[in-house]
Amino acid sequence: MAKAAQPVDGADLFADYRVKPGVSDELFNAQGQMRPVWQRFVDRFARLSPPEIAARFERGNQYLRDAGVFYRQYTNDPLQEREWPLSHIPVILHETEWDQICAGLAQRADLLEAVMADLYGPGRLVSDGHLPAELVAGSRQWLRPMVGVPPRGGHYLHFVGFEIGRSPDGSWLVLGDRTQAPSGAGFALENRMATGRIFPERFPRAHIHRLAGFFGAFRTAMEGLAQGSGGRERMAGILTPGPHNDSYYEHTYIARYLGLMLLEGEDLLVENGQAMVRTIEGPQPLGVLWRRIDAAFADPLELDSRSQIGTPGLMEAVRQGNLSLVNALGSGILETRAMLAFLPKIAQVLTGEKLTLPNIATWWCGGATERAYVQDNAARMMIGSAYACDLPFDLGATTALGGTFRGSARDSIAEWLQAEGPQLVGQEAVTLSTTPAWVLDPDADLSEGRVLPRPMTVRVFAARTPQGWTFMKGGYARIGRAGDATALAMQRGGSVADVWIVSDRPVPQETLALTRSGDFRRASPGTLPARSADNLFWLGRYVERTEDAIRLIRAYHLRLAATDNPADPRLRSLTEFLEAYGYDLDQPVPDALLERIEAARSCAGKVRDRFSTDGWAALGDLARTARGMTRTATPGDDAARAMSVLVRKITGFSGLVHENMYRFSGWRFLSFGRALERADALAALLATFADPAAPTGSLDLAVEVADSVITHQRRYRVETSRDTVIDLLALDADNPRAILFQVQSLRRLAGALPNALENGRLSALSRALVPLESALSVANPSDITTERLIEIRTQISVVSDLLATAYLR
Amino acid sequence: MIYDIKLTIDYTYAAPSDHTRNLLRLMPLNIPGVQRVSARHLNSDPRPDERRDYLDFFGNPTTSVAWHAPIEAVSLSLRARVERQVTPPVLDLSPPLERLAADVADVHSLAPDAPHHFLGASPRIAPNPEITAFTRDLMRPDITALQAVEALGRALYEQMKFDPDATTVDTTPQEAFAARHGVCQDFTHIMIAGLRGIGVPAGYVSGFLRTFPPPGQPRLEGADAMHAWVRAWVGPENGWIEFDPTNDQPAGVDYVTVAVGRDYSDVAPVRGVLRSSGGHESHQAVDVIPLDAG
Repeated sequence: MAKAAQPVDGADLFADYRVKPGVSDELFNAQGQMRPVWQRFVDRFARLSPPEIAARFERGNQYLRDAGVFYRQYTNDPLQEREWPLSHIPVILHETEWDQICAGLAQRADLLEAVMADLYGPGRLVSDGHLPAELVAGSRQWLRPMVGVPPRGGHYLHFVGFEIGRSPDGSWLVLGDRTQAPSGAGFALENRMATGRIFPERFPRAHIHRLAGFFGAFRTAMEGLAQGSGGRERMAGILTPGPHNDSYYEHTYIARYLGLMLLEGEDLLVENGQAMVRTIEGPQPLGVLWRRIDAAFADPLELDSRSQIGTPGLMEAVRQGNLSLVNALGSGILETRAMLAFLPKIAQVLTGEKLTLPNIATWWCGGATERAYVQDNAARMMIGSAYACDLPFDLGATTALGGTFRGSARDSIAEWLQAEGPQLVGQEAVTLSTTPAWVLDPDADLSEGRVLPRPMTVRVFAARTPQGWTFMKGGYARIGRAGDATALAMQRGGSVADVWIVSDRPVPQETLALTRSGDFRRASPGTLPARSADNLFWLGRYVERTEDAIRLIRAYHLRLAATDNPADPRLRSLTEFLEAYGYDLDQPVPDALLERIEAARSCAGKVRDRFSTDGWAALGDLARTARGMTRTATPGDDAARAMSVLVRKITGFSGLVHENMYRFSGWRFLSFGRALERADALAALLATFADPAAPTGSLDLAVEVADSVITHQRRYRVETSRDTVIDLLALDADNPRAILFQVQSLRRLAGALPNALENGRLSALSRALVPLESALSVANPSDITTERLIEIRTQISVVSDLLATAYLR
Repeated sequence: MIYDIKLTIDYTYAAPSDHTRNLLRLMPLNIPGVQRVSARHLNSDPRPDERRDYLDFFGNPTTSVAWHAPIEAVSLSLRARVERQVTPPVLDLSPPLERLAADVADVHSLAPDAPHHFLGASPRIAPNPEITAFTRDLMRPDITALQAVEALGRALYEQMKFDPDATTVDTTPQEAFAARHGVCQDFTHIMIAGLRGIGVPAGYVSGFLRTFPPPGQPRLEGADAMHAWVRAWVGPENGWIEFDPTNDQPAGVDYVTVAVGRDYSDVAPVRGVLRSSGGHESHQAVDVIPLDAG
């Protein structure tokens, strides 16, 4: 302990950092000297004690947890999230080296655009013999409907990524091109936010190039792509596969960051060749989509008919030149692994220039010479599918590495190459450079790490602007676990790191706000997609429904504890009442309650771009707590106390949302759902427990479930009677737990929704609410019979249908 | 031979939905020297709010239709007059089967009729070891590519049972092959899978087949159906040839082509996606009336 409290000499932290022979390293050059670009960082880092380091790293982790950054793993539970695997030490590169890399990649990006234009245009690369026809025709990424369809604005590619790595001789190599729907740019931003918490000092901060300028330029470019020729304003959006995708968090984050609508396929429709967003105000024209789904799934009508996440007719909108896609449909063909075997030559054919940044050496095994070469050199090859689009180090089960198979049933490499040659490529199993990482033994404390070299790759992002390609000055590094470069994939336990591009001088401190161009129009907050409105409405309903159930279950267990007699008539009527909704009270925390919470979470998960991360965290906490209680809670007092905990947690969520949510359409639909559910629940409660035939004590129970015990005492100063209870819980305009109060809220909310007036007349929704409100305003408690309460429930369900018809489809 | 072709397809949707969008491939192709379409009309009731006619990648006339308001039912009707030329029997100029791969590799083209589109997996046809083994067993040494096509077509005709009730439009080739039964779509998919398995580029043809009523009986109105058969590329000399495994014959003067593609998914007469849940029902009636036969 005494030692740990002392500042430790830097040599100690890096004592175990030994670069393997034949491997290049980011921290040390070939002569074993620290690269100058790292020097100042290492000097400062080395002055920190392990507990200080741990505290800093924890700040970064805490930021990521608070921000709700997660990575989805493909498991059976669609909402299972993995904590973000940040490797806290950044990768540091000098801006001079970075600029050279980016110049090479700009050349490559232009080449990829030219190849794309040929593959969907004249096809000369194939007819002139520079690319085998079968590689193109045999790929499911080459989309025949796109052939002969020029992209709107003249370019196919607008946002691309490159996976690069440093080879043993210190030079950089392109490992793969990401042109379909490159992910990671949003994660790079989050990594940057986290390292900002870890290393907040002016140095290094002032010398690290910022990321905002890149995003600002890209957003402006997107805005330019969106606008139609007639000057008609059209929206820009991000097309996501939805919450089940592993990068969904990134989609929500970047949508918020760039002020773009987050859209799913069902949010869109195509009318007369124009893509439209279904909003609560009807269909609105859409000019550009940043596509985060594979192109084949974009349109079930013309592309993959099995797609559940596309939009019928999207291809038609593209064909008619009304929709820009970032990137064009069909750009996945460029990611085909075998393409790397031909691109170097194609570069010379198309541009007369050599690629200044080479790509990983690749041989297509369809040619006899290449096949023989790969077979003879199998020991230093990765051999895998020619058509695969994943990166070289994301090795699948049917890949051979270093002459041995990874889990395939094949007997020999030779036999495999002979039988399936044209389907295979060999790639040089290049040894990647290593970079410092804070490595922990399993179960060790964060302060017990050591700095060790780990293999890494860097993803670089480029966006097309009217002035040409612009590059993110930073990147997204993937760090391998152990020395094994094959473990880079995050799904298999790798981690990620920030990439600092460092200047010798302080850099301009640009922000997204500063780079915003003068005429940039943000999507007006009123354009709420109908699906988001639907999810917010149901989120409101489910949360209210859950709270109501928790209170009823609590009332049951309080009485069970008091009477210890399950045959008590009040307990029986509570049991019957809850059974009708599927709650089994033999379970202290009924399964049906957990299902309601999950339903609410599922709705919330689909609109995470629309409310605070605190709210999302509160719902997660509620679900975890309730699940935990299923193992511990026992009937009676204990279950009642458990329900009290859940009531506080769920009202915490409601409080967060209602205190903090911007009062616009989204909030209105959430509030509408909540008010509607509460009005209905109160009517149902009174119809049962204020029925003249209900057992003695039912009226008190109703007042308790409606959280109005104290109000009742204050207002009436008498025992409960049917009249006082109906007055307080149905007809009181000041009691939030009264039907009238909630109906008034509904009427006000309806009046503030779009199209509340149709040609000067109240909308059908308002017309359904006004008479109900008036009737309740003038009613006497004796008018509100059980039959009338049942009728009110019917009227409320009509209101729900009218809302859905008018806004939610 | 000149044919008047009549076709109607009626759909009834269980749950009407807005923005129904369909892609129709129903209108016969013009094929120089083989078939000439002198008139063709495709109508739908109710009238669609959008309609666009264009040629798809493979050159098939394609009609894109959309209805903006909810529809409960739609009726599509086609009237076409097509002249189908008598084509001389194919002279076998195809290479030995083992040399076909080299001929394919010599075609440096992505044009719609290039063989490369028709060799690998396609949306409805995955490589299938059983069908490939079955096909390979039929190949005697030195067999030509054309003979290979005919041998597989005949074997399927002899060993598969035609059964209109055994399969559906979604049945996979492996399922139909395992049970050795199906309709023209299944015969065609299985034959394509087999040919691709031995390296012969093969595709799907949809169209109409003239049917002959039993002797002495009148032709029944609306009793025909759309048909499917196989086209295969058997080398640069013969190019594409067509064979009908359901009837064990080359597709000759009795056949009218509507669309060609890699498999059913490329040529489906009606492709459409409904937003609503709930299913739909359909009814199809086809008449292929030879004009000179009255």
